[in-house]
Amino acid sequence: MHKSLFISSGFHLGIILLSILTLPFISKPIDVPPLISVELIQIADFTNIPYAPKAKKIIEKNKKKKKKEENKEVNLEKKNEIIKELAAKKTPTPEKKLKKVKKEKLESIAMPDKKKEKVQLEEEKKQKPSKEIKKDKDLKKITSLIKPNIKDVKVKQVSEFEKKELFDPNNIAALIDKSMEDFGETNKKKNKISQSQDSSMDNSKLTLSEEDALKAQIFGCWSVPMGLPYNENLLVRIKLKLKPDGTLIKTEILDHARMNMPGQGFFKVLAESALRAVQLCQPLRVPTSGYERWKDLQLNFDAREMLGG
Amino acid sequence: MDKLKLLTIICLLFLLKTTNSYSLIEVDITRGNLNPLPVAVSPLFQDKKSKIEFQRELNLDDIGSEISKVVENNLKQSGLFNPLSKDAFLQKPDIAHLKPRFEDWALIKAQALITGKVSIDNGKLKVEFRLWDVLAGREMLALAFTTVPNNWRRVGHIITDKVYERLTGEKGYFDTRIIYVSEEGLKTQRVKKLAIMDQDGFNTKYLTLGNELVLTPRFNPTNQMVTYLSYFRNLPRVYLLDIETGIQEVVGDFPGMTFAPRFSPDGKKIIMSFAKDGKSDIYIMDLENRIVEQITNHPSIDTSPSYSPDGKYITFNSDRSGYQQIYVMKSDGSNVKRISFGNGLYGTPVWSPRGDLIAFTKLHKGKFFIGVMRTDGKGERLLTENFYQEAPSWSPNGRVLIFYRETKTNEKGEGFSAKLWSIDLTGYNERLVETQTDASDPSWSSLLSN
Repeated sequence: MHKSLFISSGFHLGIILLSILTLPFISKPIDVPPLISVELIQIADFTNIPYAPKAKKIIEKNKKKKKKEENKEVNLEKKNEIIKELAAKKTPTPEKKLKKVKKEKLESIAMPDKKKEKVQLEEEKKQKPSKEIKKDKDLKKITSLIKPNIKDVKVKQVSEFEKKELFDPNNIAALIDKSMEDFGETNKKKNKISQSQDSSMDNSKLTLSEEDALKAQIFGCWSVPMGLPYNENLLVRIKLKLKPDGTLIKTEILDHARMNMPGQGFFKVLAESALRAVQLCQPLRVPTSGYERWKDLQLNFDAREMLGG
Repeated sequence: MDKLKLLTIICLLFLLKTTNSYSLIEVDITRGNLNPLPVAVSPLFQDKKSKIEFQRELNLDDIGSEISKVVENNLKQSGLFNPLSKDAFLQKPDIAHLKPRFEDWALIKAQALITGKVSIDNGKLKVEFRLWDVLAGREMLALAFTTVPNNWRRVGHIITDKVYERLTGEKGYFDTRIIYVSEEGLKTQRVKKLAIMDQDGFNTKYLTLGNELVLTPRFNPTNQMVTYLSYFRNLPRVYLLDIETGIQEVVGDFPGMTFAPRFSPDGKKIIMSFAKDGKSDIYIMDLENRIVEQITNHPSIDTSPSYSPDGKYITFNSDRSGYQQIYVMKSDGSNVKRISFGNGLYGTPVWSPRGDLIAFTKLHKGKFFIGVMRTDGKGERLLTENFYQEAPSWSPNGRVLIFYRETKTNEKGEGFSAKLWSIDLTGYNERLVETQTDASDPSWSSLLSN
């Protein structure tokens, strides 16, 4: 009775120990090499590139069309009132006007809805002055004063846009810094993604393209000794320890004992030719990522196919 | 005891835990290139004293350089090596021989480096050489020889053999000789003499005077004996000739026509064919007791017999199927099997010294081919094609074939020539073997230094 109790508790203890030692939540997370992953993003979320000039023109044209349509709907009375108000006021100096419009423009950039209204008004003054205004000399003066200002404003609008969106020299450094930060962030993000994806990958193999690249490189470097007896076992396995750049740290012939066996003199020749091949080929064309995966590599050189056995 | 078990289990669990989560990635390399291996052959260094003595003894300014040229030429002719131009060498021969700067040799793309030193000691030529693996930065081979100064070319051949063997895994074939029939004069009045030369075409010597017609000289695979056929008073005789001593003896007079004598692998027998009563059969003669044994007995023409290297089988050609084809049988004449089934006529089969292939001449659609097939007749490969060529003979390592090729004559009977050619098993490295005269019926010796 006691004996069976001990046995049972022993087994239980064993299972508990097994789970403690092997379950992943206790052991350290496995350092999985990163994978190259592709993430689909909206370009607008990541780029600072402004509109192309052609596109900008088209957009402006569209805007003008919209303005024209809206201008038609604007009440003439409202226009008159505004003009009257302007006329009643003291004639503003161009500088003041400029400042005022500037201010409005700045606001309009911040709040597109308001911008629409104000620009509409200015356009209206410029392009379609009412007959009443024309008759009024004062108003003419006013408009003559306003016109250049509007032009200035227009120019300023473009320059403001450019400054803001394209050439603000004060903000270049900030933009660069920001872009660097963004880049770093995206990189981090990518790494995270790839690492999580990498866990699902088969770590025991290179991808077909990686393997093909490596094979093609070594094919060119391996001068197969022509005198080998092709009815013998012509397989030599070489274990490599590699640096991340593909250069060799260490090479090891796995069947080293065979080299000194009687009647296996050809194996030495074969093994040496394989070693020469890897020496000649280095740095090897290894994948750019996943060093942990391929830092130890085994190459199986088999000359049978070449020698027509 | 239970505690011990528990402890063992815990230790095992720890081991399991600490095992790397990455299994070793394996990549199979099943292809390589057949480009010649770039080799730097540094001139062999000689000191001033030796230089003066060599000049007096051999009338050579720089024997070290001459030996390295022999090595270089051999390696190049093999088709497996690409000796690099000496102009590109950055290190002097004396320093290179002591401690090569591998970076300098790697810079000129050399993968192997041969350095050496030559000196004269008590009237003897002393040569030491080293083979270096440039990429691994280590010595692969180091040897020294002492010989008479006149043997300096042989030293070059021996060095090449050692280098070849170390780098390719098979024995070399450079310290060898080729015996052939030297031909001079018009096609209808050819003067044929036995001639012998080094495999690179140097040191040609004539063994007969040309008074009698000589045919089919063949080397003994074990020594420097030669058997050949010569006509004495219009009767064919089989002769044995010792190259070293120059002693010649008649093996015997045989009835009717005798063809193609060839040694057995142990050199103790001669296998040949006799023509008698309109048929030709294969016979073996024991050289010790001169007893002749008939091997085939068929109302057809069986000729050109050749032993397998283990002496257990014989290949020959026969027209017993209606057309000349290649057959293989046991050395006692039993179990005859036809192995060639391709279109055309097959002849002059020669078993490779490696035992894996049989070389042959094939006549098909008016053209002659030299080819090889496996001993079961499968895997036929035609290596070279020409107007007229035949009599392939293997190099002692079974890598290269030497044969002769004749050119067409014009309407006036001019323009005829017969030259020796060699080709390796890849079929790509075909080369003319330089001879002083026209040449035919070559036979390659075994390695002299064995």
